[in-house]
Amino acid sequence: MSFDDAQGYLVLSTIAIPLLAALILVLLPGERKMESRYLSLIAGALVLGLSIYIFAAYQVDSSTFQMHLRWVWVENTAFLGKNGITFYLGVDGISAPLGLLNGIVAFSGALVAWKIDYRPKQFFILYWIFIAGVFGTFFSLDLFFWFLFYELATMPLYLLIGVWGSVRKEYGAIKLVMMLFGGSSLLWIAIFAVVHDAGLGTFDLTALWNAGQSGVFSPTFQKVFFPMFVIGCGFHAALWPFHTWSPDGHGSAPTTVSMLAAGVLMKFGGFGIIRLGIQLLPAGAAFWMPGLMVLGVIGAVYGAVAALTQKDYKLLSGYSSISHMGYVMMGLAAMNQIGITGSVMQMFSHGVMTALFFLLIGTLYDQAHTRNLPEFGGIARKMPIWAIFFTIAGFTGVGLPGLSGFIAEFHIFVGVFRSYPIFGALAILAAAFAAGYIFRMFATVFYGPFNPRWEKLKDISPVEGVAATLLVLAIIAMGVYWSPFTDRIGPTVALLPGLTH
Amino acid sequence: MRDYTIFIPEFIAAGSALGIIAVDLIWPRVRKDLLAYLCAVAAIAWAVASVFYIGKTPNSFQGLIQVDDFTTYFRLMAAGIVFCIALISPNYIRGRIDAAAEYYALLLLGCCGLVFMAAARELITAYISFELISFSLYILVGFLRRDIRSNEASLKFILLGAFASAIFLYGISFIYGATGSTYYDSISKAIDANGSNTAIVVGLMLILVGIGFKLAVVPFQMWAPDAYEGAPLPITAFIATASEVAGFGLFLRLFSSAFHTGAHEWAWAVAILSAITMTLGNLVAIQQTNIKRLVAYSSIGQVGYMLVVIAAIGYGDAHAGAGASAGLLIHITGYIISTLLLFAALIAYYNRTGHDTIRGMRGMAETQPFLALIITVALFSYAGLPFFAGFTTKLLMFQSATSNGLLWLIALGVVNSAISIYYYMMIVREMYLFDPDENVKRFSINPLLAGLAGVLLLAVLFIGIYPGPVLHGASKASTPLFQAGADATSNVTAQMLPK
Repeated sequence: MSFDDAQGYLVLSTIAIPLLAALILVLLPGERKMESRYLSLIAGALVLGLSIYIFAAYQVDSSTFQMHLRWVWVENTAFLGKNGITFYLGVDGISAPLGLLNGIVAFSGALVAWKIDYRPKQFFILYWIFIAGVFGTFFSLDLFFWFLFYELATMPLYLLIGVWGSVRKEYGAIKLVMMLFGGSSLLWIAIFAVVHDAGLGTFDLTALWNAGQSGVFSPTFQKVFFPMFVIGCGFHAALWPFHTWSPDGHGSAPTTVSMLAAGVLMKFGGFGIIRLGIQLLPAGAAFWMPGLMVLGVIGAVYGAVAALTQKDYKLLSGYSSISHMGYVMMGLAAMNQIGITGSVMQMFSHGVMTALFFLLIGTLYDQAHTRNLPEFGGIARKMPIWAIFFTIAGFTGVGLPGLSGFIAEFHIFVGVFRSYPIFGALAILAAAFAAGYIFRMFATVFYGPFNPRWEKLKDISPVEGVAATLLVLAIIAMGVYWSPFTDRIGPTVALLPGLTH
Repeated sequence: MRDYTIFIPEFIAAGSALGIIAVDLIWPRVRKDLLAYLCAVAAIAWAVASVFYIGKTPNSFQGLIQVDDFTTYFRLMAAGIVFCIALISPNYIRGRIDAAAEYYALLLLGCCGLVFMAAARELITAYISFELISFSLYILVGFLRRDIRSNEASLKFILLGAFASAIFLYGISFIYGATGSTYYDSISKAIDANGSNTAIVVGLMLILVGIGFKLAVVPFQMWAPDAYEGAPLPITAFIATASEVAGFGLFLRLFSSAFHTGAHEWAWAVAILSAITMTLGNLVAIQQTNIKRLVAYSSIGQVGYMLVVIAAIGYGDAHAGAGASAGLLIHITGYIISTLLLFAALIAYYNRTGHDTIRGMRGMAETQPFLALIITVALFSYAGLPFFAGFTTKLLMFQSATSNGLLWLIALGVVNSAISIYYYMMIVREMYLFDPDENVKRFSINPLLAGLAGVLLLAVLFIGIYPGPVLHGASKASTPLFQAGADATSNVTAQMLPK
C-alpha cells in the first residue's frame, strides 16, 4: 500500500468518524447529556485534525487528485458497466480548503452546541450525520456517492431547525428543506441525463469529466443541462432568485445550525457548479456563464441592499450571506483562473466569517431574547471581548486588508474586471453597501446611549470564546498568509476546461 | 411433458394454507398466535424451496407457467411478504378477528396467485392467478365483520374488482381473436409476422386497464383509499405490497414478451398513465389526515414512478428493457421492505393507542422514540432520501429507465418525488415537533414487532448503502424476460432470411 493510499483512509475517516459518532450517540442513553457533549467534542477535534492534515499534506506540485481511496461498489450488473458505482474518494486543490473549512466549522459548532440542554443526544446525532454528508460531498469522486452525501447533508436540517430552532421555526424549517430538495430534484434530472448520455454505464465522475471534456455531450445537450446543474446547486448557494430560504431558514435556525448552513452548506452551491457544471459540461459553461454573472451581480447587490434595511440581525446576516455568495458566483462566471481561485477562497473566507457572525449573534440572542437591532445600544461596554470578535467578523465582511475577506474578494474583482469590467464596477458598489450595513450594525449595537435594560448581559463564555478564537485565527491566517490557499487552489483551477486568460 | 416438480414451492405454500385451516378445525382452542407462527414457518419453507431453482435452466409447465430466475425472484418476494405480514398480525388480530386460520391461509393462497401472475406465459393462466390474489384480497379486506368501514371497503373493492376482471377478460378475447392464441410467445410471433392492428391495440388497452385497476393506476384508483382505510391494518400492508408486486410481475412478463414488438402501440399510453398517476397520487396525498389514506395515495404515486419503467421497456430495445426491469425489481424490493417496516411500526402504535390519524401520532418521539424513528426511516425511504433504500433504488430505477424520449417523464417523477417529501415531513413534524397530547407515558412495544422492525430497518439501510447484491439478483431475474422475446424474434428473422 502506497503512502497515498494510506492517506486515502484518512479521507475516509473524515466521513467515518462523524457517522461513527452518530452511531455511538444512538446507543447512548438520552439522560447522559454530558457524555454526548464530550463525545461530540472528541469527534469534532478528530475531524478538525484530519482536515488540517489533509490540507497540509496536499502535494502542491501535483495538481491532480490525491489521497485516493477506491472501492468498487457495484459493477457489471444491470445497466451498470465497469466501475458502475465506486466508493471513490480523492482530494484536489478545491476540495482541500473546503474540507478544512468544514473541519473548523464542525469543531466550533460542536463547542457552541455545548449549551444545548434540550435533547442534546438527538441534536448531536443529526449534527454528525450532517457533517459526514458535507465531508462526503467535498471528497467524493463518484457521482452516486457525491449526490448521496449531498442529500444526506440536507436531510437532518428539517429536524435540527424544527425542533431546536426559535422564531417561526416550523415555517423556516419546511421552507428551507423544500427549497433545497426542490433544487436537488433538478440535479437528479440532470444527473440521469448526463449518465445516460455518456453511455458508459458508470457514475465515476472522473470518467464522466473525461467524456464531457472530450466532447461526448453535444453542445445542445450541454446548453440544456448546464442551467439545471447551476440552478440546482444555486438553491444551496442562495443564488438570486432562489435565495429566499436563506433569511427565513437562518432566522429560525439554532446558532450551531445557522453556522453550518451558512458556513458550509451554502458552499455546496459553488462547489457543485465547479464539479458538475464547469468540469462536466464545458460548452454549456461557455454559453451560460454570462447569465450566471448577471444573477451573481444581482445577488451581490440585492443581498447588500436588503441587508441595509434589516432590523433583525439574523436576517441581516442571512442577506449578507446572499451578497457574499453573489461574489462567489461572479468569480465562477468570470471563467478565468484568478476569478475562480477567488471564488474558492471566498467560499472559505465567507464560511468562517459567517460562522463567526452567527456564533456571536447566538451569544447575544441567548441572553437578550430579542433580535431587534434598534433595541440595543452601548453593548460594547458590557461585552468587550464579544465586541472585538464581532468587529473582526464585520471587518472581514467589509473586506479590510489583513483579513480573509479582502484577499478573496480582491481575486474575484480582478477576475471579473478581466472578463466583464462593468460587472466588476457593480461588485465594488455592493462591497460599499456591505460597509454600510456592517457599520450601521456596529453603531446601533455597540455604541450610542446605553440601554439600561442590558445591565445584566454577560460577556462571551469561555467555550464559545475558544470556538470564536479558532474562527478568527482562520480568518487572520488566510488574510495575512494566503499562499497556502492560492498554491492549492490556483493550479487545480488552471486545469479546469474552458478558462479564458 | 408435465413436470410437476416446478411447483414444489407453491405446493408447500398452498399445502400449509390448508394445513393451517386443518389445525384450527382439529384443535379449535389452539392459540391463534401459533397459527401466525405456522404461517411464517411455511413462508420460510416456501422461500427455501424456491432457492433451489436459482440458476437452473428455465423450465415451463406446458408453456403455461415458466419457472426461471424471474419467477424465483417473485417467489422470494412473496414469501417475504407473507412472513412479515404473518408476524405483524397476531397482536392486531387478537380480539378483532375470530377466523384467524382462514386469515393466514388466505395470505399464503393470495401470494401463490402473485407468483403465478409473474410466472404465467399465457393469458388465461395469468387471469386465473389474477383472480386468485384478488379474491383473497376481497375477503381479507372485509375481515373486520363488525366494522362498517371494513364492510364498505370490501364491497367497493369486489364490485370494482369484478368490473376490472371483466375488462381484462374482454381484452384477452380481443387478443385471441386477432392473433389466434393466448400464449405470449405466439402472440409475439403473430404480431411480428402480421403487424399490429386495431383489435390488438384495443385488446391491449383493455388488459392495461384491467391490471391498472389492480395497481390502482389513476384513473382506476377509486377503490384504493377506501380499501386501505377500511381493511385491517396488516391487510393494508398486504395490499400495498402484494398487490403491487403482482401487478408489476404480470406487466413485466407480458410487455417484455407478448407485446414487446408492437411496443409503440402502447408505450405512450403507459407513459401518460404514469404521469397522471404519480402527479395525482402525490397531490392528493398532501391533503390526507388519516395515515392509511395517506399511504394509499402515496403508494399510488409510487406506482406512477414504477410505471415509468414499463414505459421505458416500450421505448427501448431488449437490452435497455432488461436494465430497466432490473431497476424496477430493485425498486419494488426496496419499496416493499419500507412498506412492511412502516406498517410494523404503525401496527405496534395502533395496538397500543388506537390512533391511526396523523394527528394521533403527535409527540411519538416522546412516547415511543423507537417507533418514531422507524416511521421516519420508512417515510424517508419512500421520499428517496439518502442512506435509505428509497434513495438508491429510485435513483437506479430512474437512471435505468432514462432514455431521450422519456426524459420528460423522468423529470416529472423527480419533481413529484420532491413534492412527496412535503407530506412525509408533515408526519415527521407531528412526531418530533410537538409534545404528546394527554399525559401519555412512555410505553414499550411487543418484542416480536420490535425485533421484526429492527431487521427490516437494517434491510432498508443495507439496500440503501450497498445495493450490489440485490441489484445483481434483480439483474439476473430480469435476464430471462427478454431472452425469450429475443429468441422469438431471432426465429422469425431466421425464417425470413433467404435460404
